[in-house]
Amino acid sequence: MTNANELTLAEARDALRKGDLTATDLTMACLTAMDAGDELGAYVHKTPDLALDQARAADLRLKAGDAPDLCGIPLGIKDLFCTKGVPSQAASNILAGFRPEYESTVTSKLFDAGAVMLGKLNMDEFAMGSSNESSCYGPAVNPWRVDDRELTPGGSSGGSASAVAGDLCIAATGTDTGGSIRQPAAFCGIVGIKPTYGRVSRWGIIAYASSLDQAGPMTKSVRDAAIMLGAMAGHDPKDSTSAEIAVPDFEAALTGDIRGKKIGIPKEYRLPGLRPEIQKIWDKGAEMLRDAGAEIVEVSLPHTKYALPAYYVIAPAEASSNLARYDGVRYGHRAKLAAGDGITEMYEKTRAEGFGAEVQRRVMIGTYVLSAGFYDAYYNRARKVRALIKRDFEQAFAAGVDAILTPATPTPAFGLGEMHSANPVEMYLNDVFTVTLNLAGLPGVSVPVGLDPDGLPLGLQLIGKPWEEGALLNHAYVLERAAGFVSKPAKWW
Amino acid sequence: MSIDVETARRVAKLARIQVDDGDLPALAGELSNILGFMEQLNEVDVEGVEPMTSVTPMRLKRRADVVTDGNIQDKVLKNAPDAREGFFAVPKVVE
Repeated sequence: MTNANELTLAEARDALRKGDLTATDLTMACLTAMDAGDELGAYVHKTPDLALDQARAADLRLKAGDAPDLCGIPLGIKDLFCTKGVPSQAASNILAGFRPEYESTVTSKLFDAGAVMLGKLNMDEFAMGSSNESSCYGPAVNPWRVDDRELTPGGSSGGSASAVAGDLCIAATGTDTGGSIRQPAAFCGIVGIKPTYGRVSRWGIIAYASSLDQAGPMTKSVRDAAIMLGAMAGHDPKDSTSAEIAVPDFEAALTGDIRGKKIGIPKEYRLPGLRPEIQKIWDKGAEMLRDAGAEIVEVSLPHTKYALPAYYVIAPAEASSNLARYDGVRYGHRAKLAAGDGITEMYEKTRAEGFGAEVQRRVMIGTYVLSAGFYDAYYNRARKVRALIKRDFEQAFAAGVDAILTPATPTPAFGLGEMHSANPVEMYLNDVFTVTLNLAGLPGVSVPVGLDPDGLPLGLQLIGKPWEEGALLNHAYVLERAAGFVSKPAKWW
Repeated sequence: MSIDVETARRVAKLARIQVDDGDLPALAGELSNILGFMEQLNEVDVEGVEPMTSVTPMRLKRRADVVTDGNIQDKVLKNAPDAREGFFAVPKVVE
């Protein structure tokens, strides 16, 4: 048998229920892998005692025959989720020492289902970044590498992707505001789904851009994503944007049959200068879906080009408002004050010390676009463009398309530090294929489909209709089976 | 639109982030660069388009105006950098 930490969620669930494995043994195997994986920088706060307590409780439930899917499954939790009594810092110095007195809805649901928390996972500060390099803890590292070059696991859910790909947990939570689940999943050769906006409660998840943020699972297989999404999703009265729509059995939707379905290939995603290896894997993915009986059609999403600039108005605007709460009064860091400093100096010094460079930049951009005289020119215009981007998708779906296939990222994982000299806008281009979905509120899943010439994983993204994550995951399941992606990073850590 | 040093100083002040004078020119350059990227939005014809306010067409829910929580003063103050006698403590605000 493989080491227990290498199991998929579905395999672990089945082994636990059959009694072939105990939650305690599985948790021990994951804790050992976690401790042996420190070089990956994936975990930033470990919770082994809590994990073993939860595992023992799960074993009792398993024995009693009362075991939901997630019962006894060891997970890593992104640092953005508030977890009661456990540091929850959003990878920011401004939340140093913060231990929430409450539990996020998502982690509550997972723990109620019997899941085990191994620890908190690395990320970009306040989920702002695409390389995990804006973390106050230092970057997480991709388990995949080329020669001895350390690569980014992507961001912002970089620690989650690294931990799942490196088998330091069975699955992990992520959040996605512009691509933060799908891009790291693609960089690390795993599966990640951003559900429809409103499918998963945002309560207790530290906010970045509230109209775009959505949590989802990051897993070793499509089936795992279906199982875990079912455990995370559902209406929550504490999140007024969470939808009162029943959660279907996503796993049951994985029939593997997509005959007669129409898959759209958006011509605007064929960017000038698109790398040949990305184009190749995209064509290959379309071929796989065609071979499975789907019809491939070209679609047009004419406002695609404007998604990134619209995002970089809307997200910073919402962030500048959301992050106003970090003032050194109620939680986290407060700067040491000089004699005579008043409350304004306290705010200004605290925020200068507590926020990293990228967070400061986005807060200030947001402040500027919302300031008097610019609100219409930037913010309102961006919201109008957002409406047009959403309409593009609505028209494609109305024309009979069932799902849309695109690359997940414009490149494979790049080297840590490689983008340091680049200007911030170049880093933003990482999200070019993913950000449109956040603006439109649509579900999207990243599936590993192959390796590039250097041996690094490449992912494709499938985009679904609102609230139809089940059908979307079924398309992803077909793609996963056809691609037969089973490669694992060679263990060097 | 390009941002000059004075505008950068004003934005930093509005955002309540201390920025040293020496760092303002670089900040102004970065902000200008990002705003330049946003200028592309001006190419789009948005005539007659309503700004998007929510991703799914739904009414924000209302709930009865009743107390659902409370009597947790110690929990509320637990994470405060400075709490005294049941209050958050801050530097003097009013002279």
